[in-house]
Amino acid sequence: MRIPRLLGWAPGVVVVVLLALLPWSALDVPGVLPGPLDSPGTLQVLAVCLVFAGLALSYDVLFGFTGLLSFGHALYFAVGVYVTAIALTRWHWALLPSAGLALGCGLVVAALVGAVSLRVRGIAFAMVTLAFAQAGSVLVVQDPLAVTGGEQGLGLDVGKVPDAFIGVLNTRNLYWLALALAVVVFLVVRLVTTSPAGHVWAAIRENEQRVTVLGLRSYPFKLIAFVVASTLATLCGVVYVLVVGGASVGVTTADFTLSLLVMVVLGGSGVRWGAMLGGFVYMLLDQRLGSLAGVGGVAALPGVLRVPLSQPLFLLGVLFVLVVMFLPGGLASLVRIRRTRRARDLPRRPLPEAEGV
Amino acid sequence: MSTVLVLAVTGLGLGALYFLIASGLSLIFGLMHVLNFAHGALLAVGAYLGWWVASHLDVAAGLRLLVAAAVGAVTAAALAALLELGLVRRLYQREIAQVLVTVGVGLALVALLQGIWGSDPKTYPVPHWMVETTTVGGAAIPHGRLVTIAVGLVVLGLFVLFLRRTRFGLVVRAGVENRAMVTALGIDVRRAFTLVFALGGAAAGLAGALAGAYFGSVTPQLGSSLLIYAFIVVVIGGLGSVTGSAIAAVLVGLLQQFTNYYAASGIGDLSVVLLLAVVLLVRPQGLLGRPV
Amino acid sequence: MNHILSLADVSVQVAGSRILHDVSFTVADRGVTALLGRNGVGKTSTLLAVMGLLPRTGTITFAGRRIDRTLTHRIVQAGIGYVPEDREVFAGLSVAENLRLAERDDRPRYDLVDELFPDLLGRRRQLAGTLSGGQQQMLSLGRVLLADNELLLVDEPTKGLAPQVVKQVAVALARIAQHTPVLLVEQNLAVVQRLARHAVVLNQGRVVHDGDARELLADAALTQRLLGVSSGEAAAR
Repeated sequence: MRIPRLLGWAPGVVVVVLLALLPWSALDVPGVLPGPLDSPGTLQVLAVCLVFAGLALSYDVLFGFTGLLSFGHALYFAVGVYVTAIALTRWHWALLPSAGLALGCGLVVAALVGAVSLRVRGIAFAMVTLAFAQAGSVLVVQDPLAVTGGEQGLGLDVGKVPDAFIGVLNTRNLYWLALALAVVVFLVVRLVTTSPAGHVWAAIRENEQRVTVLGLRSYPFKLIAFVVASTLATLCGVVYVLVVGGASVGVTTADFTLSLLVMVVLGGSGVRWGAMLGGFVYMLLDQRLGSLAGVGGVAALPGVLRVPLSQPLFLLGVLFVLVVMFLPGGLASLVRIRRTRRARDLPRRPLPEAEGV
Repeated sequence: MSTVLVLAVTGLGLGALYFLIASGLSLIFGLMHVLNFAHGALLAVGAYLGWWVASHLDVAAGLRLLVAAAVGAVTAAALAALLELGLVRRLYQREIAQVLVTVGVGLALVALLQGIWGSDPKTYPVPHWMVETTTVGGAAIPHGRLVTIAVGLVVLGLFVLFLRRTRFGLVVRAGVENRAMVTALGIDVRRAFTLVFALGGAAAGLAGALAGAYFGSVTPQLGSSLLIYAFIVVVIGGLGSVTGSAIAAVLVGLLQQFTNYYAASGIGDLSVVLLLAVVLLVRPQGLLGRPV
Repeated sequence: MNHILSLADVSVQVAGSRILHDVSFTVADRGVTALLGRNGVGKTSTLLAVMGLLPRTGTITFAGRRIDRTLTHRIVQAGIGYVPEDREVFAGLSVAENLRLAERDDRPRYDLVDELFPDLLGRRRQLAGTLSGGQQQMLSLGRVLLADNELLLVDEPTKGLAPQVVKQVAVALARIAQHTPVLLVEQNLAVVQRLARHAVVLNQGRVVHDGDARELLADAALTQRLLGVSSGEAAAR
């Protein structure tokens, strides 16, 4: 039945259209946004949120859809960020070749790291991914080839970046670029997760042994998921470095990957728009909660309350704990949409709890 | 020769710090299958409280350090016990959720520290005699390093005593091997869980207080940078094995120091990561862990 | 004769598949009740369900109290001893430590353990992982004798043991059963013949026979149909 199918797309299309029209609106949301919707500051904030919506979704391909807990996703994002920055700034390449190089590197690194890491499972897999990401982080900081800028980071030399993306007035173009990225990531993820391979991923997530019993080898499928997820992350990195105008070491750390984990669980892992929502909301809170302390009512609070409230990560951490404890399906589970059961609910047993299994 | 000696002592000192963090992590994972991401935050709490006590206490330098370490360890232990009782325990059977909860608490705790004391490094009032050196074999060995190593050895000894001589230790050893069977013998393992969490927290808090003295300053991020190496030590040593962590900590500390010096700065860190990858692929259970 | 344990409509579901379907039977408060059936029919799962080690629905009553909502360690503290399939002694602990872990009361019955399993006496400091299969089985049985248990659940104690050792285990079980009722899962029908009064047979997660053990084993055709082997063949295993 084609008609119900098309209707299913409707909410998403409406959202994208609304987001695309945003830069022409002078709507002001005080507190939440730094200025009216058409101001460069706000568009910058929203662009970052959109990039992370895409990045969070790419992480969820691994975590929510295939059941792979990786602590090294930051590595591929960092590859996207740093290779693009280095190519543009140090080697003075044009934008498209730089982006292409970054994507290529991301693909190759993901294939290699994935091939090695996926030989083990569970915690061992998580640790190996952590190790490789940590290696990447060390390489960036130590900067043996003197290209990354080490701890100081690398500002983007905009010489080779198309004019459309330079300048405060053109922030809206960067915003639309980020929106386009989010849409592309969503479409790609939707394509692969609803494909036959995607069904195998879901099966692996539920019960890997059963997949092997059915005569399929899980390794190649996991590797594909790994490479797809990582390359998408690299793509996000390419756009990110344009949006923020530089590369910094913060994107290479394990803490960065952990924040991705927080994003997808917050939004609802295993649900595509859930993961994106999580990424968007997290980055919005992260960027904006800092100014909450300055808002009149909060500044007047006694230190005991004011201090925690002035720290975005404190609020996010507490929010995250509450979500994990009481809302395992994330924000997405608040919206009741009748869907075939895809959401990766952190398991709740239907029968009485039994201890010690 | 003297260089080798200094490197060795520095490596062992660093290793001792890693061991203090790793020992708790290893037991917590071995017994409860929980990756405690709040461990780094507990370390930072120990570091800041230790610094605060050391900066405000007007007694002899050595005593100050002792009190600081004790306060750091006890507070971290209490926080860890609270974390286990209030949150982790309620998520029994949901292992990923337990890990996630520790991530959230870790984030919140570090942010809280940052809110209270700011993100700039605070200088630690290191006692004079810790900075002084003794010349051994032509090398100037800072006393601070020796203190750290000594504390590491003492804690190792205490852990081994606890595991081998007490009933709780027996329960923990058995539980690491086969948790279900322990409950099938009528023992409530949950009490052992809280105890292990608290002990791990104490060791982390102690490590924090010592790290402050070791590095000369404390920052809110102190925990996360050390935590990664601690995880690596835990995995190389074998999940659930305190002695394994001790051996791995020595290996990692020495490897890091020697390679950083003789090759290039940063290569040491890379080689540790390489060691982890190799161990995981060749012997996933680590040095002294149970076969996976 | 009273019932020490009774199961009513007990079902177990694991990872989407039903393992037990409305299993109902009772265990007498004296002697050995055998739980029989081919491989994979759910015998071990039944014991695990009673112990609370698997999520279960239904009603399980022990000594007049319901235990189907109780945590495992409380079930054991109420007086049920569990001797699992494959022994599951703690390999890294010594024999003495394995036993000490199982102590529950003020006066653990080491006298009983020493009397039944003299072989373990001289091996107190030996690591349990280095014991032979038979010795591990003794240890596993010894553990549940230290405390005053009112019911023992024993899962395939003769599995993988040499005939000589099988005999020893059977003798020990017979002695134990004199004062403590036992629910015994066993594939070796000669042992069942010797020990059991009552037999419950499972097939594909359901109870298909419930009656006198000797009568069942005397009926060769019935035994063949329900268990797939003749009494004689099973004894030779």
